[in-house]
Amino acid sequence: MHGFWKLAWIEMKLFLREPMAAFFTLVFPLMLLFLFGSIYGNEPTTFFGGFGSVDVSVPAYTAMIIATTGLLSITIQIASYREFGILRRLRATPLRPQVILSAQVMVIFVMTVLSMALLIISGKFVYGLRFAGNPVNVLLAFILSSFSFFALGFVLASLLPTARTATVVVMALFFPMLFLSGAAIPLEVLPKNIRQYAQVLPLTHVVTLLRGLWVGDSLIAHVKEIIFLSAQLVIGVTVSTKIFRWE
Amino acid sequence: MQNKTVIKIENLRKVYTSIAAVDDISFEVNEGEIFGMVGPNGAGKTTTIECIEGLRQPESGNIKVLGLDPHKNEYALRPRVGVQLQQSALPHRIKVWEALDLFAAFYSSSVNWQELINQLGLEESRNLPFARLSGGQKQRLFIALALINDPELVFLDELTTGLDPQARRTMWDMVINIRDNGKTVFLTTHFMEEAERLCDRVAILDKGKIVALDSPENLIRNLGAEHRVVFTVQDNIEPNVAELHRLAAVTLVETIGERVVVHGQGDRLVVEVVNFLSVNSIRFRDLRTEQPSLEDVFIALTGREMRN
Repeated sequence: MHGFWKLAWIEMKLFLREPMAAFFTLVFPLMLLFLFGSIYGNEPTTFFGGFGSVDVSVPAYTAMIIATTGLLSITIQIASYREFGILRRLRATPLRPQVILSAQVMVIFVMTVLSMALLIISGKFVYGLRFAGNPVNVLLAFILSSFSFFALGFVLASLLPTARTATVVVMALFFPMLFLSGAAIPLEVLPKNIRQYAQVLPLTHVVTLLRGLWVGDSLIAHVKEIIFLSAQLVIGVTVSTKIFRWE
Repeated sequence: MQNKTVIKIENLRKVYTSIAAVDDISFEVNEGEIFGMVGPNGAGKTTTIECIEGLRQPESGNIKVLGLDPHKNEYALRPRVGVQLQQSALPHRIKVWEALDLFAAFYSSSVNWQELINQLGLEESRNLPFARLSGGQKQRLFIALALINDPELVFLDELTTGLDPQARRTMWDMVINIRDNGKTVFLTTHFMEEAERLCDRVAILDKGKIVALDSPENLIRNLGAEHRVVFTVQDNIEPNVAELHRLAAVTLVETIGERVVVHGQGDRLVVEVVNFLSVNSIRFRDLRTEQPSLEDVFIALTGREMRN
């Protein structure tokens, strides 16, 4: 266990030393919050069902963070660790393979939580963020969403041979998903036909689930999203344990 | 002294897409020796060492390392061996001291890594990130990581490939130092000079088979290759010099301008040639002898054709 914690601690430091990863995970969501918060404020409107722009944006930006860490960080990190032989070197130690990978997942999860916490704290203090849901439900949905995206990241990392191809492919998946799923731009402002297309994107389900629970929906009201994300988690874990390559 | 067997390989075989990378090889490595495996690229050196390290699964054959099967008992074995891999890296931004601190945490008992930093000359780079280290510094860090658990047996795969001559010689001293600290070293290299200088015993691997295995001295002696005596004469005394070929040990005399190359066999060659020169009052300078090297043995055994 000592090895696990030390590896997780070092990986945490390495994550924060990587300017791109640290920026997109920790700084970019705050930039969006302050940008749109200063434009639209947080006055309740009927357009958002009696909530303000910031109130509905914070759960949506949380979905964006999950996509950033799950798709971008995990995939690129694992693909480059494999390409450069870092995984090989770690495997030649007494560490069990599952310990090596769990340490990576834990660090990414901690970063996801940290980023969400920064977002909520900033939203609360600057814009009086409102919350009408059940905190336990939101937390469970957040954990389910995160791990289902981490699983997706591991599948992609297993399929994509090099860090370069991994970066290109996940960017090509990430940006359309970011803008079409309602994570960066509220679904309400998107044209109707795009909203229908968006239903096939995994991130749309995260946005719908987190936004719904945030404003007080019951878990029952979001069975569809919960089933979709659970299936993504189970399939992702099953597939990646089958096809994951260490070199 | 060197009786205890540390590695025992019997009929090891590893096939890649129907080509046998390692084809039925058997050998033993003794405690406290530096055992080298040499061979052209693609001869199967890395495949062999990685099967022994437990990183690759062989098709067939028996491997025992410190009495353990490296595939069935890999987690019992890993704390007792140190590994430097041919192709590996560390995260770009990890600092030298962090890497040592991290790897020390992977083992239940480890040596003081501060001392390793001093021993391997990494004091000045201890706060540098991995990506900014030179090739030699990276390899010294990898040696330090291989030694961090105070292993009984150390694997070094192509340790000096890509290093400049100074760094390579520094590395040789470090390898000898590892052996002198009572550890067994198993290394692969494609530098014959390196194998000749470092190794107590050398296995020459070609096309997946061991074509020779002995101490470098014995391999060279058994090759029976010619020695050469080379010197420069000052005057035009060619008639006398040509008489050299009458000597028993001499097989061929070549003169190239003022330079004379005498080919011959055996340890008597030098004595006979120098004696002849002095008896006949032939003035000479820059006399040197050229012995066959492990490289000559290697070329004789593996052929001269171009390899990929």
